Amino acid sequence: MTKKYTGGKIFTALTYVFLYAPIIVLIVFSFNSTKSRTIWSGFTLNWYKELFSDRLIMSSLQTTLLVSVVASLVAAVIGTFAAIGFYNMKKNWRGPLLTVNNIPVINADIITGVSLSLLFVSAGALMGFELGFGTLLIAHISFDIPYVILSVMPKLYQLDRNLFEASQDLGCTWFQTVYKVIIPEIMPGIINGLLIAFTMSVDDFVISYFTAGSSVQTLSMTIYAMTRRRISPKINAISTLLFAVVLILLVIVNVRESRQHKAELKKEKMLKGAN
Amino acid sequence: MSKNKVFSGALRAVGGFFDRFRKQSFAYPYVLWMALFVVVPIILIAVYAFTSAQGHFTLGNFSGMIDYVPVFVRSLWLAFLATVICIIIGYPVALAISRMNPRTQRVLIMLIMLPMWINFLLRTYAWMSLLENTGLINRLLGAVGVFDLINSLHAGDAAYTPITHFQLINTNGAVILGMVYNYLPFMILPIQSVIVKIDPFVIEAAEDLGANSRTVFRKVILPLSLSGVVSGITMVFVPAVSTFVISKLLSNGTVMLLGDLIEMQFAGAAYNPHLGSAISLIMMVIVVICMSLMNRFGEGEEQAVMM
Repeated sequence: MTKKYTGGKIFTALTYVFLYAPIIVLIVFSFNSTKSRTIWSGFTLNWYKELFSDRLIMSSLQTTLLVSVVASLVAAVIGTFAAIGFYNMKKNWRGPLLTVNNIPVINADIITGVSLSLLFVSAGALMGFELGFGTLLIAHISFDIPYVILSVMPKLYQLDRNLFEASQDLGCTWFQTVYKVIIPEIMPGIINGLLIAFTMSVDDFVISYFTAGSSVQTLSMTIYAMTRRRISPKINAISTLLFAVVLILLVIVNVRESRQHKAELKKEKMLKGAN
Repeated sequence: MSKNKVFSGALRAVGGFFDRFRKQSFAYPYVLWMALFVVVPIILIAVYAFTSAQGHFTLGNFSGMIDYVPVFVRSLWLAFLATVICIIIGYPVALAISRMNPRTQRVLIMLIMLPMWINFLLRTYAWMSLLENTGLINRLLGAVGVFDLINSLHAGDAAYTPITHFQLINTNGAVILGMVYNYLPFMILPIQSVIVKIDPFVIEAAEDLGANSRTVFRKVILPLSLSGVVSGITMVFVPAVSTFVISKLLSNGTVMLLGDLIEMQFAGAAYNPHLGSAISLIMMVIVVICMSLMNRFGEGEEQAVMM
């Protein structure tokens, strides 16, 4: 039985090698003492030191974090309320609206970016503003909200409708029901959506590229500009740091989730025991 | 029916209307937002595509596109090849992962997703170091003696110039590799999530009824996993056909794709948003066709996205 799948296992292992080889190269050469990306000439931490004194990289990192944090938080708020609204809509309204909601998710990034830049450029010409942080933020919020909605909607459908009917029967207004019953119940979905939105924002290059104008730069845009010109190992250094951060976050989230899972199993067992 | 009852019934109906209105009103800000930042921009693309720089209606943007037919064909062909390779690699991997125990599966899925959280520019850039003429792959092949071996085979040939490297970067192959590398997780994840959901009793039933493992795969697992493959196809094909970063980095502009063409019209030297919009519009049609195909076969992207 086990022997039967050996081929598949080897193939899978090779695929993981394929997925990680470039990343390992990237990390290894962030410690290289010369600027070469291919010849190893000794260990150094200089690129990390220089990274933190590079004003362009630091300011674009700041822009990326600011845009991602603000956009994902705003998206979480608008998206959660929108999801609750959609949930209470008649199906013949909800369906088309959810389809429009899916457009930025399914559409090619370049089209989302280009179409928003058309809007911003023509609105800017009319109202006298230029592409910049504001347009970048609006673009990010726009492509973040659908992910929040897609993650909150299933949680709403899992809700027991009796729950908030009960709360209303007990004298809660609709707003109180939302704040005291619905939102706490769908919180895991909101958090999940927030995290997805945040990673989408951090990772985005194409949409930012078309909507940020020339005055602000996100980290991705700086990296892109660098790969087009002279390439510095500082790129390797910053990517290694980002990789480390993501890895640590993932481990924390995973450990927390498996703990929760275990706690739930325990609870179930106890309940069964009580019966 | 008493007047009173009619009155209270009407009141309830009106109340119900207001109640529903109040509850769904939570979505109105976002509906407005979508209208402004999703629908209007797409309408703008259509408007730009059918107008000239002077603002007159024209079909010139589309007729000028004859020159770009090779770019369309190349983009579609490379994206198609990348998608096929993603299925060939992704399906067996998804199948193998879904046969492991749940704990291992969790870790393996995390490991598939982990590279996706590294900026894709950086991942693609890393391939440059590997594929360059003096890059790590050519260096490794040289150190093992591959080039010496090839050169020695041609020892007697006077017209032969000895090679020192394989041309890997700046080729179609490099661009396809970049696409496969970047989008493979989008193929593996939806397929794996669908295979895992297949009821083990269905497979057991097939086995009890005398099917060998091959028949079980062909008649049970494969048909039930097709929805995953379909959403994987869209999730790979759409970004692959529209990319401009991968082709820029891994071919240094020698392999021109649809994305490059659009990018040039909006951000490059050849600023012409009208032509760019026309190309975008056609690309959108391609995306819509993909989407409707997907909806016909699969259950939609939501699940795949939500993993």
